[in-house]
Amino acid sequence: MPCLSKVIPSIPHENTSSNFIKWLTRLSGQMERVVVSMQDPDMGVKLRNQRLLITVIPHAMTGNDIVEWLMQKFSVCDEEALHVGNLLVKFGYIYPLKEPRVLTLRPDETPYRFQTPYYWTSTRWPASELDYAIYLAKKNIRKQGELIEHEKESYNMLHKRINHTWDFVVMQAREQLRASKQRRKADRIVLECQEQAYWLVNRPPPGMMDVLDQGPERKNILNSRVQLVVPTCVCVCVCVCSFVKYCEQYQPHDPIMQGCLPSNPWITDDAMYWTINSDSVAVPTKLRVERWSFSFVELLSDPMGQRELMAYLEKEFSAENLCFWQACEDLRHGENSKIPSKVDEIYKQFLAPGATRWVNIDSKTMEKTLQGIKQPHRFVLDDAQMHIYFLMKKVMSTDLHGGTCVFPFMRRQRHSSPSPAMLTQTGEDDGKTKHHGTGNV
Amino acid sequence: MGEMEQLRKEAESLKDQITAARKAVADATLPDTVSSTAVVGRVQLKTRKTLRGHLAKIYAMHWATDAKLCVSASQDGKLIVWDTLTTNKVNAIPLKSSWVMTCAYAPSGNMVACGGLDNMCSIYNLKGKDGNVKVMRELAAHTGYLSCCRFLSDSEIITSSGDCTCLLWDIETGTQKTTFAGHLGDCMSLAVPGDFKTFVSGACDFTAKLWDIRDSNCTHTFSGHESDVNAIAFFPNGNAVITGSDDATCKLFDLRSDQELITYQDSSIMCGVTSIAPSLSGRLILAGYDDFNVNIWDSLKAERVGVLAGHDNRVSCIGVSTDGMACCTGSWDSFLPSFSFKGQDNVMRLCKQNKQQYL
Repeated sequence: MPCLSKVIPSIPHENTSSNFIKWLTRLSGQMERVVVSMQDPDMGVKLRNQRLLITVIPHAMTGNDIVEWLMQKFSVCDEEALHVGNLLVKFGYIYPLKEPRVLTLRPDETPYRFQTPYYWTSTRWPASELDYAIYLAKKNIRKQGELIEHEKESYNMLHKRINHTWDFVVMQAREQLRASKQRRKADRIVLECQEQAYWLVNRPPPGMMDVLDQGPERKNILNSRVQLVVPTCVCVCVCVCSFVKYCEQYQPHDPIMQGCLPSNPWITDDAMYWTINSDSVAVPTKLRVERWSFSFVELLSDPMGQRELMAYLEKEFSAENLCFWQACEDLRHGENSKIPSKVDEIYKQFLAPGATRWVNIDSKTMEKTLQGIKQPHRFVLDDAQMHIYFLMKKVMSTDLHGGTCVFPFMRRQRHSSPSPAMLTQTGEDDGKTKHHGTGNV
Repeated sequence: MGEMEQLRKEAESLKDQITAARKAVADATLPDTVSSTAVVGRVQLKTRKTLRGHLAKIYAMHWATDAKLCVSASQDGKLIVWDTLTTNKVNAIPLKSSWVMTCAYAPSGNMVACGGLDNMCSIYNLKGKDGNVKVMRELAAHTGYLSCCRFLSDSEIITSSGDCTCLLWDIETGTQKTTFAGHLGDCMSLAVPGDFKTFVSGACDFTAKLWDIRDSNCTHTFSGHESDVNAIAFFPNGNAVITGSDDATCKLFDLRSDQELITYQDSSIMCGVTSIAPSLSGRLILAGYDDFNVNIWDSLKAERVGVLAGHDNRVSCIGVSTDGMACCTGSWDSFLPSFSFKGQDNVMRLCKQNKQQYL
């Protein structure tokens, strides 16, 4: 007969982060074993349907059932069983279905459910800031004023801290809300409860005991803890839509789907297409410019696009950003032996206080980078490069959500180029008749 | 419980958690979502050029980034760089070992690499001072045959091997920098996306793995195939991986939802897939098979929309040029026809010259 003390390992005496992590790992492992046996179809807790207003939620159990099962399984008195059950709720393995959602086990008819393994402490701890931001954004979008005080504060704080990915956060939130609307009501309620319970555990309101709090000095280690096992999954719905959109967007640029103008060199043996699209051409074709508008990555991948961007940034007196980005690329793909000298050069030009082409990086990233370049390696400037990349992208684009970046200089191009490819772009029919006319035997 | 038993249970529970997480986001299926997307219609390709010159089975080919040059490797012991538009041979490089299985063109166009049963990856400098193409480096560390190699830049190359590992090499010093171990079977192929930060490998353990180059970790493992994964490629937006396997199917695995989205199969196809390449927009997937054909799939609707039947033997390699205009296939019949795409208007065009070209 398993003894209760073996189920719950005692809290470590020494107050260090690694001890806490070890303890938490062991504890969650033990709890999971208990919870798994609780869900055993024959020997587990009796589950039943629970009615919430007009919706029926399956696989629910009462607080009473839980306590009784624990008493029976571990041969303990009701007080101890309640204590264990409380821990299971506090650590997020079981959550209450009805409002008010408080993480306590009540030994009565209050309904509870098992938390999905996706949200178990062992798989999703520490909770990611990005996930929390998306959760709060969802709440905010769903109902204005639904955020409670401490959530409002967190929302504002996150908005400042991860501002460079905020568009992504909002987009994710909207997509997840849209996907959830398409579910059955019962499923939706369950998923919302699960998510809310997870955040109650990981971001408790002030005043509620934070079981996962490691104390002030442990918080530094939190950032370096590797989030393992289950990667953050994006809804299939979002992914599928992105594929469809990509295919649609690139279809006019895919010669197999829509031919190419002036002609496919393979069919006509006329290399004009390559000539007007070469890197050194004076004026880009309309299609080429359109492709730059698909994403910042497209613009940067085209050497001509980079040149255009540089010319534009020079006018805006912020060309050092692109120069820095290019230098980082050169470092990342260049020869190993040249890495120390390249890093040194980059520091002198872009990062040192008073540098001629100083780049505007946030203090946290700058600190980390300056520390890192003491031992230079190929990826040492990755964070700084990413920051500048997002900075450039944000400055340049006007509409990220729709996936189009509209650069002012590109608008000018669209109207003015005299290239033949651009003239015939307007009508596919024109292109086709041209093909017919030049058909050769 | 004994520690072994405990670890086994933990592993099982972790697997369940991963499955649960994938299920949690599986709120849609690809076929349902694309039901309203327009159909592609029949795709017809014609052979435009045939590259002749190899005397034995062609095992691999790779396009250069300029979309005009390509390199091919054959077991006649030669690596040939072709100007595909004129069909001239730019370089014919004799190899020390004729048992070559893979070749690659550097993005810069300055180098090519090859390897095979000699367990080595040989790098050749195409832009040597005196115009001769010479071996620049011989990268030897694998204990099994070299199945695939791809350049990240002029300084780094990734190789996959029959010894179940992939290696990242520093070309300058000729030494290995990182080992990517985790596959339980021979690694058969690899693919690198546009940002060069990750790569995927397909292996004989029926899985495909996504690796982070910087951390050398395997971040995703995709299972679902019932036999060796021979061919692998990235979907053009970098968010999905397409694989081809000996189980006669191709699959699309999505990286962000961490699961298989669609399978490309047909009851009439019973032979293995040897090679795979997406068109520029990703809407079409070209796959080479053991039955001497190349099938063209609509990637979103999973329907076959075309067939290329121009070879007299197994199609061993396939590549779509970077501008998406032409597709080149290599075969054990030692020809490399280069197909280009026609639109959906079925104007019959006579193909050029060569009497053996497929019309």
